Amino acid sequence: MQQPGRAAEIKANGIGKSFGSFRALDNLSLDIGRGEFLTLLGPSGSGKTTFLMILAGFVQPSEGKLFSDGVDITNRPAEQRAAGMVFQGYALFPHMSVEQNIAFPLKVRKKSATEIKQRVGEMVERVGLKGHEKKLPAQLSGGQQQRVALARALVFEPGVLLLDEPFSALDKSLRGQMQAEMKRLHQETGTTFVFVTHDQSEALALSSRVAIFNHGKLLQVGRPDEVYDRPANRFVAEFLGEINMLPVKGVKSADGGATGLCEDRAVNMRCKAEAIKGDAILAIRPEDMSIAAEASVNQNGIAATAVASTYLGAATKLDLTTRQGAKVTVSVPNEVAASALSKGNSVWLTWPAEKGFLLPDGGQ
Amino acid sequence: MRGTLSDRMGAALLMAPLLLFLVLAYAWPFLGVVKWSFTLPTPGLEQYHALLTDDLVQSVFIRTLRIAAIVTIVSVTAAYAITVVWVRGSPVQRVLAEFCILVPFWISVLTRAFGWVALLSNRGLINTWLQSIGFISEPLTLVRNEFGVIVGMSHFLIPFAVFPLASAMRSLDERVLLAARGLGSSRMRTFWTVFVPMTRSGIIGSAMITFVFSLGFFVTPAILGGGRSVMIAELIYLRIFQSPDWGLGAAISVVLVVFVGALMALLFRYVKPKQLV
Repeated sequence: MQQPGRAAEIKANGIGKSFGSFRALDNLSLDIGRGEFLTLLGPSGSGKTTFLMILAGFVQPSEGKLFSDGVDITNRPAEQRAAGMVFQGYALFPHMSVEQNIAFPLKVRKKSATEIKQRVGEMVERVGLKGHEKKLPAQLSGGQQQRVALARALVFEPGVLLLDEPFSALDKSLRGQMQAEMKRLHQETGTTFVFVTHDQSEALALSSRVAIFNHGKLLQVGRPDEVYDRPANRFVAEFLGEINMLPVKGVKSADGGATGLCEDRAVNMRCKAEAIKGDAILAIRPEDMSIAAEASVNQNGIAATAVASTYLGAATKLDLTTRQGAKVTVSVPNEVAASALSKGNSVWLTWPAEKGFLLPDGGQ
Repeated sequence: MRGTLSDRMGAALLMAPLLLFLVLAYAWPFLGVVKWSFTLPTPGLEQYHALLTDDLVQSVFIRTLRIAAIVTIVSVTAAYAITVVWVRGSPVQRVLAEFCILVPFWISVLTRAFGWVALLSNRGLINTWLQSIGFISEPLTLVRNEFGVIVGMSHFLIPFAVFPLASAMRSLDERVLLAARGLGSSRMRTFWTVFVPMTRSGIIGSAMITFVFSLGFFVTPAILGGGRSVMIAELIYLRIFQSPDWGLGAAISVVLVVFVGALMALLFRYVKPKQLV
């Protein structure tokens, strides 16, 4: 239906937005590639939705420029931008049937009746709403309304599809189903998708790249595995999932990485330490740590005592306290957690050198 | 809303004075009027028979319906424009619109009717001005006819037509309008294909209120119609007070009340009472 070449390439250059004295967005520059699935991730009030509204043309930036395929669209009104948009709560036309909702953007573009009929038919089929064409939005379930919103936003083959927390109103199982469906639609249409969410697992699962926002600033952009495994700072590290933070002393560069002292034991890190000297924070994801009876001298490890466990089904979350009082959480197989707890005395926490990464001490 | 028994008792007690007043001041006297319509001057259905055959009564009924219909269209259209400004305009526009909606409530219907006479009469402001700029040579007949009645009644009813519309416009989801624009629809098209249909319940409520009010208008048509454009309420007045014909006057009243009651019942099938305020 759509040639991947028609997807738009968007460039934001130094975009800023102030509402009175509130700085909603600060000096944001970001390239969104053709056909990319980019997620804007951040807590509420972080500026991600403001940026989406600026992309859509509903909000005018205070500074900066916006380009679509090299053309300056900063001052182009929303109705001329031809971006598909799916709103939080869907924003369907309540007085129009499913069919009429989907046909709306085509009617606006003065397509012929036969073309409208054919394309609406295709779209209804594609999002699985066959048999519901004549219903009003109020007669549909949340998931079905979501599909109408997607169909309406994609039927006119926009260069970019903007989605504002589209799944926030759906229950968990339906959400997973809709996520899979959206991924399929992205592949089929080849359109550039820009997706706003505050749910980090959704962001990691769906996107080709994730852009993380906080306090109106873009903190990091990268592939899901990049931002998860190599977060640029403490906020990104913590926002993307649970993470353990251990103080390290005397950090210095070493062959292919860095070394330092953690709980008075030498630890090795595979990451570079150019920017970080002396004291720092060593961050390790709970699933990257394991429990051992003892640690050899050249292995990264610290002693700790298990204090509590939470059974999660597939694994157990085990809370421990190190000798120097730091709290650590690990995710381990259920039987490992049981034996660690029953021992009562100290166990060793170990992790591979490439799984720990350094963050500036106390910095954001 | 479901409350406990004592909650409902409390609500009933609070409403009791109003209900008592309505029964004593309206329902009870109205039963008397119904009685007259069947008994004066002699018991029987002769007054209702007269209603169906009397040319004058019928022409007044038709004129009343016609004026009410035109006033409704004029008032709802004007009120719609004012309400859009009131609900969706800039802060300054909102204050101005609110002022225009509220001020008429402080001026009595009589004063307003005479105000229109001063504006519309042969030597009124409008005719004098049009003549002074040479646009017309003979004064236009703007008052003591249906035109004057329609102008005066619409002016009175526009503020009442505003509230159901405002309620509908305030409950409208802003994002739906953004969605329409984002899908490529111009402001004009969004207004006509999305905004207006979505305020349908407000338009119905507004039109019904205006129409029902129009049917019972007395002072405005009496003054601005100058006896040449008599409406039902004035006809009832004439039958009761001038040509003592209480039976016919009562029968017309009963028909009017029943008709209005039926319209209200129809209205509440489409619109919830809370959507009207």
